[in-house]
Amino acid sequence: MDTALVQLDDVSLSFGAEPVLERVSLTLNPAGITTLIGPNGAGKSTLARVVLGLQAPDQGRVWRRPGLRIGYMPQHLQVDESLPLTVDRFLWLAAPGRTRHRREALARTGVSHLRRRAVRRLSGGELQRVLLARALLRKPDLLVLDEPAQGVDVAGQDALYGLLSEVRESTGCGILLISHDLHLVMARTDQVVCLQHHVCCSGTPESVSRDPAYHELFGPRAGTPNLALYTHDHDHAHDLHGHVHDDPDHHDHGEHHHD
Amino acid sequence: MIELLLPSLLAGLAVALVSGPMGAFVVWRRMAFFGDTLAHGALLGAALALALDVNLYLAVVVACLSIALALTGLQQQRQITGDTLLGIVAHTTLALGVISLSVQQSVQVDLMAYLFGDLLAVTWNDVLALWAGAALIIALVVWQWRALLSITVNEELAQVEGVPVAFTRLLLMLLLALLIAGAIRTVGVLLITSLLVIPAAGARRLSSTPEQMAMRASVLGLLSVTLGMTMSWYADTPVGPSIVVAAAALFVLTLLRRPPS
Repeated sequence: MDTALVQLDDVSLSFGAEPVLERVSLTLNPAGITTLIGPNGAGKSTLARVVLGLQAPDQGRVWRRPGLRIGYMPQHLQVDESLPLTVDRFLWLAAPGRTRHRREALARTGVSHLRRRAVRRLSGGELQRVLLARALLRKPDLLVLDEPAQGVDVAGQDALYGLLSEVRESTGCGILLISHDLHLVMARTDQVVCLQHHVCCSGTPESVSRDPAYHELFGPRAGTPNLALYTHDHDHAHDLHGHVHDDPDHHDHGEHHHD
Repeated sequence: MIELLLPSLLAGLAVALVSGPMGAFVVWRRMAFFGDTLAHGALLGAALALALDVNLYLAVVVACLSIALALTGLQQQRQITGDTLLGIVAHTTLALGVISLSVQQSVQVDLMAYLFGDLLAVTWNDVLALWAGAALIIALVVWQWRALLSITVNEELAQVEGVPVAFTRLLLMLLLALLIAGAIRTVGVLLITSLLVIPAAGARRLSSTPEQMAMRASVLGLLSVTLGMTMSWYADTPVGPSIVVAAAALFVLTLLRRPPS
């Protein structure tokens, strides 16, 4: 991890008189999974927009590795009813090329059967997998996912997080996830950043779940052992189809290192 | 009959052909009123061209682009909503255009020709200019199709993916301005929006991809021009409005078909 993908130094931003981000520093590394947590209105999405280059900060420095390719999975995507757009054409926009690549990307996220479907007819969960396929199709160095677990059931979340781990391992891309609470944070996250306009605490999921600042932000319930951490306790991994495949890397839980 | 009508028909077809893909973007991006405003502003451009004795098409393109840029700037403030702003600009420029045409006593200008078009007055030189313009617009649309469609689907995704969003938006306005400049003498400023919107709306029912919709809008436009001119010839009705009525009739026909998924 000699070269960071994106580095933010003391980034501050306000909308009118309201400060949204206060002196936030963040480093995203290749093959690192960073999860941004915080209550609603804490500035998570705004911080992601700064990382994506969609929003310039008032103060502070934003550095992106030259030539950085970002795959972005937004929280919502509304396609106008007047625009007939199939999933296949939607993917083509992100990466024009052979149909085979688009088929493969959809297969990877388990939605091959949706290729000829109209984008606006997709359910929330289907749209998310299509958006993820689209982001992966770009062979990104950094994947940014805004609330990917939203509207997806626990089994779906498990599959999604398993897929993200696999993508990280096979491509070495860095991943930035936004979530509204630590319960949903995947155990494979390397770094959790707890945001409430400023960075309250950060570190491994375990260290953050023990941090008093985290408890102050999310209330006492956050400390309940059963809910504090979404542990990925598996002796096998399955993809979004439910196929089971061996993955020795899934055995090494608990060996997280603090940064 | 065909010798008399041929230049007019060819001119109308050139406008209709380009109106297909451009109209699709107008519909997708909800720019119908915006296109209308540019068309109204075109009249002011035409009036200035006469007053300053410069090329009509050039003046109209410059006027449309200036208005588009001014609108983009004005939309930054939030007290007056976009559609109200368009209403103000559309009618102000139209009024200014009519005034400046009327004070130019030296030139006899048929205002009706600008408002409703005068396809029958088209010369072979106009036909050449229109087809050259049509070829240019289509070439630019094909060249930038992916960028144009990307910013239409979602501007933020497009920006993250490296599409030059501001440039592409500007290109779309330039193309619209070029089309309006070409159309002002043929279908007129009041009817150009209908040729943009109606065939595209009709094509929506018949298409399941953006490319299909753009091309089928062109086909519906070409049919509208042909049918409208035929109706005008036999029933002695004004050409521009006849084309619009034909387009509307075709649109109603498409409503009979169940939309594809």
